[in-house]
Amino acid sequence: MKLSSDNPFKKETELATDTQIEAVIAPTGSLQRSASLVRVKEGFIRTILLACAGVSILTTIGIIFVLFSNAVYDVAPDRIGADGKVKPNEAFFQIVSPVEFLTETRWTPQYAEKHFGILPLVCGTLMISGIAAMIGIPVGLCSAVYLSEYATPRARSIIKPVLEVLAGIPTVVYGYFALVFVTPYLLKPLIQDVLGFDVGVFNAASAGIVVGIMIIPMISSLSEDVLRSVPRSLREAAYALGSTRFDVSTKVVVPAALSGIIASFLLAIARAIGETMAVTIAAGQTAVVTGNPFESVATMTSYIVNVSLGDTELGSIEEKSIYAVGLTLFMMTLAMNIISQFVLRRFREVYN
Amino acid sequence: MNTTLNDPMDELAPTTSSEPATEKTERFVKPVAPVEIPETASLSVDAATKVCTRNLDFYYGNNQVLFDVSLDIPEKSVTALIGPSGCGKSTFLRTLNRMNDIIEGTRHTGEVLLEGTDIYASEIDVVLLRKRVGMVFQKSTPFPKSIFENIAYGPKVAGLRNKARLAEIVEASLKRAALWDEVKDRLQDSAMALSGGQQQRLCIARTLATNPDVILMDEPASALDPASTARVEDLIFELRKNYTIVIVTHNMQQAARVSQQTAFFFQGILVETGVTKELFTNPVEKQTEDYITGRFG
Repeated sequence: MKLSSDNPFKKETELATDTQIEAVIAPTGSLQRSASLVRVKEGFIRTILLACAGVSILTTIGIIFVLFSNAVYDVAPDRIGADGKVKPNEAFFQIVSPVEFLTETRWTPQYAEKHFGILPLVCGTLMISGIAAMIGIPVGLCSAVYLSEYATPRARSIIKPVLEVLAGIPTVVYGYFALVFVTPYLLKPLIQDVLGFDVGVFNAASAGIVVGIMIIPMISSLSEDVLRSVPRSLREAAYALGSTRFDVSTKVVVPAALSGIIASFLLAIARAIGETMAVTIAAGQTAVVTGNPFESVATMTSYIVNVSLGDTELGSIEEKSIYAVGLTLFMMTLAMNIISQFVLRRFREVYN
Repeated sequence: MNTTLNDPMDELAPTTSSEPATEKTERFVKPVAPVEIPETASLSVDAATKVCTRNLDFYYGNNQVLFDVSLDIPEKSVTALIGPSGCGKSTFLRTLNRMNDIIEGTRHTGEVLLEGTDIYASEIDVVLLRKRVGMVFQKSTPFPKSIFENIAYGPKVAGLRNKARLAEIVEASLKRAALWDEVKDRLQDSAMALSGGQQQRLCIARTLATNPDVILMDEPASALDPASTARVEDLIFELRKNYTIVIVTHNMQQAARVSQQTAFFFQGILVETGVTKELFTNPVEKQTEDYITGRFG
């Protein structure tokens, strides 16, 4: 340490500092663990945090168990009825063969003549998800490209929160919007009056359109994240080769982020498949295999709502059928999620 | 680092611990050039000016990073920009093809002239400018596409669709960048699979494919191993016969090896510029001398 001899004050302060440092860093006491309150408290906090993390896992396991035990194989013991006969608890697929479920084209569990073919419901779901994807994917991707490549920081600071508001609108409002605005003021004048196709009060197109709008914020915010994660050096290299902003966006940035963008599409489609309230309100309840988007269709979700809200007898085949439909829906969205996770993981490898 | 080079620090270090202090001091201040100066490090006097800047000031927001820089860059030669980190040499380089335009909040005063035309004038198309003034970056930046697609990118965005012509350009550019023999059998493979040195030569080839007159290089070899660095330097040396090259480098040996003119920047000011051989052996300014003898930086 260098001390200036002509400044006694400085000398003192430096010495004081040195003493302080010694006091702080000097080794103290034993290294033995103290069997004190601190350890109990730490253990308690750890348990609470673990329990919170466990809630969602346990819920998922519980839901899968309920779906399987009602749809595939009932594990509950047989009941003895009032007349002394054994009444077996049977799951849906113990009554209806999976082959009929997957190949039959009629879905009429609530009629006297019951048919259990999931195809009309899958058809309705896919039609609405398809329309939603046709609207949500291009608009969502273009807004993502705008936000990431074109927008000034000021424009971004306005548009991003607005998109987030769109994501926060309750889905029941979207359903109502489809029923009282999209169908009467958009589809009827355009499709029915101009093109001459009949448009029903309930129809797949209006539901698809609002679900498409609903998934725009999801696609744009997820895609924007992956677009922005494309290294700036790659953009600069493209600009330095005489690219316009559009060249840079479409020929370099979007291709480089493609797997992340596709993952965002898949997640959004999974959301569209699972969307319930807007579809139940706007699409109607007609379980048919059809290619006409302007007539009423039933989706897997809207069927489940319909049965859950109706006066269906507990233990009846209608009641059991919703578990089979729910299982099918779960499988579809799970598959989409797994595929998108897989695609995303491959994306991350490119730039790490 | 190439083993045949003197490290500037070697000049400063005492050879033995018993060396007298006076001699150490003597060695310390002696104005010796720590780098070998090849005969090529000089310029023919009649070279025409390709690019020049006049009284260029440059700002990031309110932060001025270039002060009144006026520099003439002669055609078909290599001009090296040297100076410590943060001295503004990269910023200066990026003003020459308006690369700074894509950064928010930058502005400049003064002129940058390419063959007498102010490139910041309102009627200048910056896309066309960057085709004539290409750029190679410190970090190699191959697009995640095939080798062929990487080279063909520039001509394609310029509107060329003819496949035979594109193939010709790809081959010629790769040959000129001394990469053709290594990749000719795998043009459709991903460019990301090439080694670091190959990627950098690919980026140079990609720049050549747009047929520029001027090539800007921002520390093109600083992330490469010695063997790859030597190959890139050889390539720069070769390219100067056809192109005007401006290279930013932290490595003074590299500046001496590849350039004919050197400009020394310090704290945003162009301190000294001159024929490389002159500047390294007989610097005019004290700051230049201190920097090239390894006193700071």
